[in-house]
Amino acid sequence: MTPADPTGTRLKFFQTGSFAAGNRLLDAEQRSVQASPERANAITCGHRACQGCGEALGARYALDAAMRATGGDLIAANATGCLEVFSTPYPESSWQLPWIHSLFGNAPAVATGVAAALRAKGNTHTRVVGQGGDGGTVDIGMACLSGMFERGDDVLYICYDNEAYMNTGVQRSGATPEAARTSTTQAVGEEPGAPWGQGKNAALIALAHEIPYVATATIGDLRDLERKVQSAMEIRGARYIHLLVTCPLGWGSPSSDSIKLARLATETGLFPVWEGERGDIVSVSKIRRLQPVEEYLKLQTRFRHLFSPTRRDDVIARIQAKADRNIERFGLLEVDSEELEHSEEQELRLEGGS
Amino acid sequence: MRHKIYASASGAQTVVIRPLYPQITPMPMAGFRSRLTLCTTQTQPPQAGPVFETRIHGRGGQGVVTSAELLSVAAFTEGRHAQAFPSFGSERTGAPVISFCRIDERTIRTREPIVEPDAVIIIDPTLLHQVDVFAGLKPDGYVLINSSRPFEQLHLSELNDRFRVERLCAVPATELAREHVGKPLPNAAMLGAFAALTGIVRLDSVAAAIRERFGGELGEANARAAQAAYQLVPPSSGKAASREAVNA
Amino acid sequence: MLKQIEGSQAVAQAVALCRPEVICAYPISPQTHIVEGLSRIVKSGQLKPCEFVNVESEFAAMSVAIGASATGARAYTATASQGLLYMTEALYNASGLGLPIVMTVANRAIGAPINIWNDHSDSMSQRDSGWIQLYVESNQEAVDVHIQAFRIAEALSLPVMVCMDGFILTHAMERVEIPEPEQVDRFLPPFEPRQLLDPAAPVTIGAMVGPEAYTEVRYLAHYKQMQALDLIPEVASAFETSFGRPSGGLVRGYRSSDAETIVVALGSVMGTVEDVIDELRQAGLRIGAVAVKSFRPWPRDEVRSALQGARRVVVLEKALSIGIGGIVSQNVHGALEGLPVSVHTAIAGLGGRPIFKESLRTLFLKAHADALPGTTFVDLDEGLIDTELARMLADRRSGPHAENMLRELGTVRAGAV
Repeated sequence: MTPADPTGTRLKFFQTGSFAAGNRLLDAEQRSVQASPERANAITCGHRACQGCGEALGARYALDAAMRATGGDLIAANATGCLEVFSTPYPESSWQLPWIHSLFGNAPAVATGVAAALRAKGNTHTRVVGQGGDGGTVDIGMACLSGMFERGDDVLYICYDNEAYMNTGVQRSGATPEAARTSTTQAVGEEPGAPWGQGKNAALIALAHEIPYVATATIGDLRDLERKVQSAMEIRGARYIHLLVTCPLGWGSPSSDSIKLARLATETGLFPVWEGERGDIVSVSKIRRLQPVEEYLKLQTRFRHLFSPTRRDDVIARIQAKADRNIERFGLLEVDSEELEHSEEQELRLEGGS
Repeated sequence: MRHKIYASASGAQTVVIRPLYPQITPMPMAGFRSRLTLCTTQTQPPQAGPVFETRIHGRGGQGVVTSAELLSVAAFTEGRHAQAFPSFGSERTGAPVISFCRIDERTIRTREPIVEPDAVIIIDPTLLHQVDVFAGLKPDGYVLINSSRPFEQLHLSELNDRFRVERLCAVPATELAREHVGKPLPNAAMLGAFAALTGIVRLDSVAAAIRERFGGELGEANARAAQAAYQLVPPSSGKAASREAVNA
Repeated sequence: MLKQIEGSQAVAQAVALCRPEVICAYPISPQTHIVEGLSRIVKSGQLKPCEFVNVESEFAAMSVAIGASATGARAYTATASQGLLYMTEALYNASGLGLPIVMTVANRAIGAPINIWNDHSDSMSQRDSGWIQLYVESNQEAVDVHIQAFRIAEALSLPVMVCMDGFILTHAMERVEIPEPEQVDRFLPPFEPRQLLDPAAPVTIGAMVGPEAYTEVRYLAHYKQMQALDLIPEVASAFETSFGRPSGGLVRGYRSSDAETIVVALGSVMGTVEDVIDELRQAGLRIGAVAVKSFRPWPRDEVRSALQGARRVVVLEKALSIGIGGIVSQNVHGALEGLPVSVHTAIAGLGGRPIFKESLRTLFLKAHADALPGTTFVDLDEGLIDTELARMLADRRSGPHAENMLRELGTVRAGAV
């Protein structure tokens, strides 16, 4: 999004989600949903999330974007987990949209049921969002999720991935990265932290189902998240967004670092950000300023055992290799010659001044 | 309304509870039954009816279950009660299968497998020496076997002592099926022969059941096979009812 | 219209007449013909509007029903045995949330050992789930009670399971009166939900409840189900008025009002029981039977009233609570508290073992002569048990019981050929 400037200087807005400059200079439809006092506040304040909770932030942005896209005509089905627990402490609820929580492993199936009922009633305007954490999505909910994809039910499913079963005390899930400390993969023994496997890439699994829209996103780029939710809501059929959300408690990071960590996850290549349609990746968010994985790992005590009491360069190197593989596989750094030329030109212009 | 859901600390209390569900329009007194009366309805026992029990033996894929069902539909078209059910084994193609059919003038209540059949139909003669297909057959019982060989050549002479010879019959149902339907599925022909042998259902009822199940040309062809088998059964067979009377 | 029809197909037609809006099903023997019949009815356009969702598991089936019901759709599913267990979590969720889902349970035994044939262990295992449990004796009653079930469920906002004996009823072809659509439409008005996911009036369904209120929420669930003790007979009565035949209700007596010995049973075995009762009455015995049709809620007063005049009661059960014994008989004991009636348990028909009139005759005669022990396993092959016990005593690595016993019976070939 680069508004033309009459002087010929092309300015790129990297993070137009900030409430400072970005929004005032954009047209209304391009502004963050959160900038509007008329936003839905689908999950309103007063919930009991931790300070710096990435999931609360992500849910707020995602659902308000979905509410704007549908004119507030939305029903949400939520899995058991942090989001469900902190948003509905009896007798209060912070949800301002119709919302149902059933079980841990069935959020996609409940969403399917809601969509089926709407179809049976001839209601083509009300839309459905299913949501849950990584545990409820990639582990216990995977069968229901796959079924929903396979049938092509008209549901947008959002997975808030904080990489462990956080609500129950930070236990390892299928989304926990290797070497991470969790309460069931503790930092003890010869191979401290989560064991090395091949991981479970839910977004690629979703892509393999050839559904109309799959995207990954992080709370490090909230405008991107809003745009992706908007895109998703313009499509009918099964859609999936995998959102990386920081958990200060589980990751062992300061609550003020939540967005920074999400950004680092992207910039190291550990969490590729992309969009896919019907089995093909159609767009990739390039890394702007590549970071070594250590910059990301050292800010989280769930990886502290890699640095002290002794440095585990072998493990860090392995994690770096994983990041490098992502970069190559998804083309996270590829810059085509035209873009390279253009950005060099731009640098010259900016440096040259007048 | 229900009272006394709970006992409070000061002893059981009677609480009148308002219903949570919409009231059903009360019926006129003449039709009213108190809850207890409804609960303990006295039913007059049905008189012991002349129930006719048939057991069918064959192998999976030969239409054993369908045969019992068609027989029950034939009885139904004559206004009688009929119950057909299989023996619920794992019905793999080729494995021995048993099905049952009870026919009665009154409602059939029992659901036990048939242990003392009035008739036994054997669709696959290779079962004859593998399964005791005649177990429990009543002395007056009927036996119908699918075989191109006449009954005397089936090495079942001991049956002549146990049962009435004129009620033991063999028909080449598979051959008839091949001839009329083009497929070796003998059940329609067997039922036609069964109608002739026992007189327990009419041929036209059997034909109607066949046509309803199979439809179109296939139904017609099967009905022809049934008719052909019917005509093959010797007229001197001792039937429960005479063939002439039944066909009138 | 009177039809000679397979039980499963009759149920499919009855359910279709109730105009469900969402049917979600996962196949399991012996329920398959029901969902196949319904899928045909929906796909051919006979039933609309209706969404038939082929789900990936029974857990998904109940979950889809939950989502659909919460969105105001009349929802239906069917299962049995392992499938019912797989959706256990969702069963409790549906009843806890107060969603009026109707489900057919084609009663089947639970493994291990795996067994596809009929008994009541599946529905009995879920008697605490908060679902109303109704048992039917015949395919006619299956048709009738499914129609009643939707009305009961929606009046109370509670889910209802209709239990029918797998294979014995589902796969039996018999005469059934299928009601006309107009009759059912008059009897069963459109679903009006008590709670609804509606963007125009948002609500939160499924909130977490802590110690401060959980007890009260559960008490209300119990209170609601107890109301069914009044509603079930009222609906049965209204059904009889509209359709002209009695079916459903809480309990039904057969020649029981002056009986000295009463047999209590659930489901299709009642037919065989009645035939034996008639024969024994001919022989001069004062014997009768009581069919329990609503197992949950437990009609304590009606059972007490029906049995209190007897000297002895034989509870014929198709399920077993390992570690204690009969299940229905425990409930019957409670109903007869303080009365001088002896209660005997007879466990029969487990895993589809046929219940013969001859066996019942022997059992009832023994009962009438006060010669029955507390608990009897009808037709138990004691030799088979003794052989297996001997094997276990002789050798630590005695092998799987099931295979050993099947080999003993000759069902499985022993050793290398």
